[in-house]
Amino acid sequence: ESKFNFKKCKELCLSFIQDAMLQKQWKRAAEFLTFYVESLEKDFSREPVGASEIIWRIGSEILRHHPDSSVKEFNTFIEPMKTLSVKRYLKVCLEHAFYLLHNGLIDEAYQNLSLAESWRFGEQTVIQDKELKLIQAYMGLLDYYKWSKQKNILLEDGQEGFEDLSVEQEMHSCFRKAAVNLKEIIKIPGIWDQFVKCYVDMLEFYGDHNEARQVLNEYAYNPKFPANPNAHVYLYQFLKRHGESKKSLISVLKILHDIVPSHELMIDFNTMLQKSKKRKRRRLGLEVIFTALDYAGCKENVKAWSCLARQVKQIVISEKHLAWIKQEWNSRKDWWPAFHFSHYLAKKNWQENESLSYEKALVAGILLGRDCKYFKYVSHKGCKAQVKRFRKLKKFVNKHNPVHLRIS
Amino acid sequence: RDFNERCAQCSEVNWGLTDGGRFYCRSCHNVTEKITEVENTDFTSNIRIQTVSKGLRKQEKTDGGCEWYVCEGFQFVLRKQAEALEALGVCPQMKDEVLWNFWRCYLQKTKQAYCDRPAGETVRPLSVCDSSTDVDSDPERLSLLYSSLSESEGDLQTDCSFVSSTSKVSESTSVRSRSGSVDGSLYLMKNPKEKLRMTMPMTLSFCYMALLWVRETMTLSELLRFVFEGHIPYLNVFQHFPEKMKLRGPDIKIFCVESWPSYEEVFNKMHELAAFLDLPRFPDITDSCFLHPDMLCMKYLMEANLPDEMHNWTCRVVKKTCIGEVDFLTLVPGNKSTRKVKYDVLAAAVIVVVLKLLFLLDDKYEWLLSDFAQERNKNNKEDGPYFELKKWYKVLKCTLDVEQKKLDERRAKYLWRCEKPLFYSAKKKSKVLKRRQIVVNLQNQFGRLSGSVQPAEKPNPSSFQLSWSEENTDGSCFHGHSLKGILQEKRGLLTAVNPRYWLCTLKLCNEKLCGHLAHYGEADFPQSYHFVLRLFSFLLRIEPSYIHDEVCMIEHKLFNKKLRKKTKYKTGPRK
Repeated sequence: ESKFNFKKCKELCLSFIQDAMLQKQWKRAAEFLTFYVESLEKDFSREPVGASEIIWRIGSEILRHHPDSSVKEFNTFIEPMKTLSVKRYLKVCLEHAFYLLHNGLIDEAYQNLSLAESWRFGEQTVIQDKELKLIQAYMGLLDYYKWSKQKNILLEDGQEGFEDLSVEQEMHSCFRKAAVNLKEIIKIPGIWDQFVKCYVDMLEFYGDHNEARQVLNEYAYNPKFPANPNAHVYLYQFLKRHGESKKSLISVLKILHDIVPSHELMIDFNTMLQKSKKRKRRRLGLEVIFTALDYAGCKENVKAWSCLARQVKQIVISEKHLAWIKQEWNSRKDWWPAFHFSHYLAKKNWQENESLSYEKALVAGILLGRDCKYFKYVSHKGCKAQVKRFRKLKKFVNKHNPVHLRIS
Repeated sequence: RDFNERCAQCSEVNWGLTDGGRFYCRSCHNVTEKITEVENTDFTSNIRIQTVSKGLRKQEKTDGGCEWYVCEGFQFVLRKQAEALEALGVCPQMKDEVLWNFWRCYLQKTKQAYCDRPAGETVRPLSVCDSSTDVDSDPERLSLLYSSLSESEGDLQTDCSFVSSTSKVSESTSVRSRSGSVDGSLYLMKNPKEKLRMTMPMTLSFCYMALLWVRETMTLSELLRFVFEGHIPYLNVFQHFPEKMKLRGPDIKIFCVESWPSYEEVFNKMHELAAFLDLPRFPDITDSCFLHPDMLCMKYLMEANLPDEMHNWTCRVVKKTCIGEVDFLTLVPGNKSTRKVKYDVLAAAVIVVVLKLLFLLDDKYEWLLSDFAQERNKNNKEDGPYFELKKWYKVLKCTLDVEQKKLDERRAKYLWRCEKPLFYSAKKKSKVLKRRQIVVNLQNQFGRLSGSVQPAEKPNPSSFQLSWSEENTDGSCFHGHSLKGILQEKRGLLTAVNPRYWLCTLKLCNEKLCGHLAHYGEADFPQSYHFVLRLFSFLLRIEPSYIHDEVCMIEHKLFNKKLRKKTKYKTGPRK
């Protein structure tokens, strides 16, 4: 009792609020918040998190989830929060905009951002530079959204033979505004996937492929930027769209293979490499597909297995480069059987996906021989069901049975 | 001063003056009809006296305020508190005579009024608060001074937020009064150690002192509880100051509290005050007084839902330790050799000792004993039910947890600010008002979202926090239960079945050095003991360690002689 003072009292109150929030008791949280807010009249500016920030964050959270809350309630609440702390002004504005976007109020969000962007407060404007850039970036994004809508209208109208100059002009103006802001933000090292995509989309529409390529290259290869697989995916997709050479496509995908070997694009990559005339590339292809299948994500991917099966089959038939399979299998022979070719999986795959089991059976039969659990079960089932390809499969594996001895 | 007649009631010659100019006997409060005829010129020569007792006001200041002194503010606070106490049922004599006489005596002793020379006569003519300058050097200097003051004033470091953080030290060294009161800034600059400077917690010390003098049926813990519950003004009393008494700057630090006064603080200050005022021996606390341990034990036994029969035991302990003696209980101010008595804590400690005597409370024996009583209860047809500790524990634990939770919630919901805004200077006014508006809006908004929750109502003032009714058929009231289940007959006397006792401590600490008689750590003692301490800690709203201290003191009185003879007793706390 002797330590019962204003500060301790409010700390106690805060703990009640936090408990209520963790248990999603929003009414109770609101109730205790009413008793907490008088902390504003005594802001302990020595603490790292002052009362005004706590109230802003907690109040926002409660208003987001409370059943009786509304956008109007939130707006009423957030305005004084902006002015309570100059140091936090832009941040609060930004979060407010997010809230509005979350509730589908795009125009209101844009207005808010626009207002925030024009805010000037001496030194603070410089200190809060990051937030300002973010605000501009999001405005850019919303401008893109508007541009996109105009574009669609224009295309529809074009189809019907209408021409609307005002829409077109607006569209271009949106583009200009968006371009400025988006270009700025993606200069800063960071993850800007959505912004990059939108920017590139616009550039492509206006035919500025050079700029687009440059942007994507920067995004993917600038060492200052954090490693981001998506950057490479975007670049690849762009290059593919524009019919770039196989060489450039392969070099992009190679990097992706290094970063995310389990990426779904690896399947396309393998397909591309298999067809190549160059030995090195075919060799890489094998490595790529084996590596992709090391991961649980591809375990049931029929396409991935069919790629592997095709390549393995081709190698076996040609009788050249069995060493490649040997190399790949070497590090996998200890654990792939349990991982992919167990009896349980044989049953499961057969029941759920016949094609999957077919592809896998081929690979299993070659790598482990016709007596392995997986192949035996699936081929038996397949032949019993009188599915034609299974009979062929059986013949093929029987014919090439010694292979598994050579590669183990 | 010249009045030398003996008092009609008590034959003493110990006179004071009432407000109306009548003489009254300080010993027995007998008011005479004699009115002072001699106008003591000393009295009238001091302007301040006039302002205090006749309410003359100087010219009004520009902001509609008037000149007022800090002691007037405190006087107002005391008046409000006394009125509240009267409304709670305290005798009017306490307010009309006792408290006022104490206050007047204090004013006299601190030379603030009723004496020849006003305090601080070295004060330069104080100018009215002016808003022309924009640099508040004084609050900053005051804040530096303040850091040497006692904690009870609230954490000044955080108070700095009231002050502009960009204030620079100005060259000017003169003390410019920025307070609403005339002597506010000066007041804070005075050395707090000399002359017992008046503070808000001290108002409660005054109240308690007066209550003790008239031997009211209110303990200090009750008084503090009533203050917490809002029945006695304390927190924002200043909002009821007359319009003309404006609070500014340093006044806020004086009258606005940011922390709750502790029992210890109020208690110790009261004794300091009593000594400072040179008060004589207080009226005797006899065994018919409410504050006597026999009486208080009865009350607490009822509240703790323990059998009435235990009262015999508490009386025995009281008798054996001589803590029921008049000389032990009665306060003699200034006597440093006697230990100051905390009546409520003492009574609670007696009950704890009795529980230990009867049940041992070592986390094993009491439950065995309870089962034993339960067995005997099965065969018990004629007498009332035997008391079983287990049942009692279940009921009390449940209740205590619920009540503690309620109390915690009430504490969490405690509102410290009031409608009347406080600001250091006219400059800060708009910011303060703006903040208040934001706070009110937020309270309204989230209040609506709280759902259909009733606003926390002030609990009705009640002497009992827990009540148990014998009419409850669920058997949750233990007042009428008999202790026979745990007693045995020996040589015609009923004694406890439990033959053992453990001492809380083998040796008492020097209270003056380390503040406690013993040191209490929850992990060092049995859970049952801790529970019992917790129970009374809740009822009295003090830390368990204070009750523990009193328990050690009582045990020392009970067993010390025997200990020194070195007979066999099971001693030592359980680790």
